[in-house]
Amino acid sequence: MTTTGMAFELRSTWALIRRALNEIARVPAAVIPAVLAPTIFMCGLAAVFGSLTLLPGFTTDKYLTFILPVGFLQGAGFTGAATGVNLARDIELGWFDRLLASPAPRGVLLAGTVLSASMRVLMPITLLMVVGLSLGVSWPGLDGLVIAVLMASAFAATAACYGVILALKFKTQAAAPLMQAGMFVAVLFTTAYAPQELLTGWLQHVAKYNPVTQILEAVRQGFVGDVTWADTWPGLLALAGLAAVVVILAMRGLRRAGD
Amino acid sequence: MAGEARVVAALGRRSVRQAFRRPQFLAPIIVFPTLFLAVNTGGAGRAVDLPQFPPVHGFLDFQLAGAMLQSTMLAGVSAAIALALDIQIGFVDRLVAAPIARASFVLGRLVATGVLGLISGLWFLTIGLIFGAHIAAGVAGFVVVLVLVTLNAIAWGTIGAALALNTGSPSVAQGVFPIVFVILFLSSAFFPEGLLLEPAKTIANWNPMSLIADGLRDPIISDLSLDKTLEGLAGIAIVASIGAILCARGVNKKLRSA
Repeated sequence: MTTTGMAFELRSTWALIRRALNEIARVPAAVIPAVLAPTIFMCGLAAVFGSLTLLPGFTTDKYLTFILPVGFLQGAGFTGAATGVNLARDIELGWFDRLLASPAPRGVLLAGTVLSASMRVLMPITLLMVVGLSLGVSWPGLDGLVIAVLMASAFAATAACYGVILALKFKTQAAAPLMQAGMFVAVLFTTAYAPQELLTGWLQHVAKYNPVTQILEAVRQGFVGDVTWADTWPGLLALAGLAAVVVILAMRGLRRAGD
Repeated sequence: MAGEARVVAALGRRSVRQAFRRPQFLAPIIVFPTLFLAVNTGGAGRAVDLPQFPPVHGFLDFQLAGAMLQSTMLAGVSAAIALALDIQIGFVDRLVAAPIARASFVLGRLVATGVLGLISGLWFLTIGLIFGAHIAAGVAGFVVVLVLVTLNAIAWGTIGAALALNTGSPSVAQGVFPIVFVILFLSSAFFPEGLLLEPAKTIANWNPMSLIADGLRDPIISDLSLDKTLEGLAGIAIVASIGAILCARGVNKKLRSA
């Protein structure tokens, strides 16, 4: 690829990201619930299930600290799902057809769409951190925070790819519940509420094999203890695996969309 | 009178069909509360080992009331979105101009919300029984739960209708979803009031949703008690009264603008 071609692709990607970010300023009413929801869930779940830390074997004595990282991934998951819904809307309105007819390569269309999600997720996780720290959540350390933010951003892009796959498949905003339910299951069918040993029944088995559990544990490590490579690499591996699968499927969907 | 009832029934049928045709309306009533029930039960199931936890057959029995409350409250919000869309596309204006009772469009929507509440009650009790829950008060308890769930759905339907009539905006109604969770988290819907952390514990003590949650839960985890059922009905009456007042204001506003 020539330098000019590369520059064109980067400019096109940035234009698509900027368009997605502009929506935040133009339709704030549509964004506010998605920004507030993870913080509401964090505070609500901590108030409701906070007494679980009294159970023997719980890894922290402050439930808010334990549940905050779940908010990171929840914010990422729902931002990704919202990206899918926005794409479905663009398909319904015919805007996406114009993008397909443009000289921008399919990879650029995907990158512009999903990278906007990894930037948008910074809003809910910033609010989570501000509220969490003001309510006494332990400081995760700079390394713990950097790992948590980067992994949440990457997970948002992965979730956005999943949203793109469904948007291209169903071509309607009516698929929104499927996108949200998928993220709900991915994030909460993990060790979200309690450590693996304290989960009960089927969830204990599902959480063990759900790759998002590894991502959650990597995001959580700085909040509940020290940051270690042993807790980081399984999360990175799970994230890379998930990302590879959804990127391949999303690219396949994009190629078919143009046929 | 019979003619008006037929109009309300027809509008109610339309609203129920609408909910089943659009996954956006049905998902918050069935799919998300079911997933939340599954996660709460598997994730916090060991809570029954806490010393202050009331005696229950299992955590699923305790959680069923919370799932039904969540479902019926979200049915009210979904009704708000659907009614706001009807206002936006001019359907309500055509009904107001038609030779039918002015409040028919609201009553039709409330009937539909009640039917969805009943369906939700049947759904959660059925999956509860399939996955090992017990209804301690037997068939009578089953019926009491269904009646309370249906009435609660109608009560939240009035809140939803008021929201739609006063704002006329589906996005505003959509934005209410997180508030539903705030109200639920600050009640005894998902956990015993005595085990909630402050300030949720104090707020839950004053939240009418705690009355409804306890009234719904009572026949599932213990023998039927008139006191708890009446408490549940009182909670529903409080919600319905607030909704009805706001709804009447909204209808008047709509009629003045029509």
